[in-house]
Amino acid sequence: MPRQSAEPPSRCSNLTAIRQGPSTVCEMIAIKHGASVSALSVFIAVLLCSFLPCESFGQAGDADRAAQSQQAFMEMAAVLRHPRCLNCHTSVDYPRQGDDQHRHLFNVKRGPDDRGVVALRCRTCHQADNQQASGVPGAPGWRLAPLRMAWDGLSPGQLCRALLDPTRGGMTAATLVEHLQTERLVAWAWQPGRNSHGERRQEPPLSREQFLALVGSWAELGAVCPE
Amino acid sequence: MIAFDLNGKQVNAGVDPETPLLWAIREEFGLTGTKYGCGIAACGACTVHVDGDAVRSCSIPVSAVQGRKVVTIEGLSKDRSHPVQMAWIARQVPQCGYCQSGMIMAAAALLARISRPADSDIDDAITNICRCGTYKRIREAIHAAAKR
Repeated sequence: MPRQSAEPPSRCSNLTAIRQGPSTVCEMIAIKHGASVSALSVFIAVLLCSFLPCESFGQAGDADRAAQSQQAFMEMAAVLRHPRCLNCHTSVDYPRQGDDQHRHLFNVKRGPDDRGVVALRCRTCHQADNQQASGVPGAPGWRLAPLRMAWDGLSPGQLCRALLDPTRGGMTAATLVEHLQTERLVAWAWQPGRNSHGERRQEPPLSREQFLALVGSWAELGAVCPE
Repeated sequence: MIAFDLNGKQVNAGVDPETPLLWAIREEFGLTGTKYGCGIAACGACTVHVDGDAVRSCSIPVSAVQGRKVVTIEGLSKDRSHPVQMAWIARQVPQCGYCQSGMIMAAAALLARISRPADSDIDDAITNICRCGTYKRIREAIHAAAKR
């Protein structure tokens, strides 16, 4: 990514570059290692920074920050578009299930409050924890996302805009970050347990720490959506 | 010990907290009206009520009902006088009968919320499986029970 700094090349002596956004090696390392940057990753970042010219970090312009924010969302989208999320963020009148996203067994319906229908509520089977005996997954408050929050079929850019659309996701970047950090149904995606065949369900392609670090970067850099 | 109300009586289950409620009901308390079918919450043979909601007891740990009210087919009425039971008997719904306690519990939960269900309500709510194919009589019996 081109940089606009007119400063002569120099050595970095601190981690300010890490805070500029995910466009440099140092920054990417910091991000990839999570929100609570581990001591090891900080050490590696410092080491690399000390051998790279600061010109490559420079003062990120607005355009750079926007591009970095977009890039962060593109990486986030790999998680948001994973079956662990999409199975309950459906645009249809029923949930999906499984890594192949098949229609939920036995004609399970969304219901008027997104928690199933009378006598077949989500909690008829889904409890607060994964059930090892039956393979039924569970987390507190198991439910479908409202239809206005349907994500299936959306490109990363469309998904991003939907999240920030007051009539759809209905969240600001800040509240979205908090939602992704604290919602237990979101956290479940990284502890999905095993299915009824005893097979471990797929987890999203990034760790929860990596994902939340990207979410933080995306928001901090302006919550800019990809095209 | 997991303490809960079972058919109006306070009970203590001295089993592993992760034990499915179904097995606590059947083996700890000897109430064998609730059946094991698939074990993965798919067939509904194990349906009981927890605080009035239909729940598939094979997929809920007994620890989840601590302090709650559980009703099984044995507790639905004292003398088979629940409208659903009476309609079931009047229309001779069961064939082999294995799934029927779960069917009755699901139907009772439905009628507790929707007193006059339409066919579509029954389609949505009663997803229990009957290998004998008694679905037509089940539907008729639910409508009959709704009129009682």
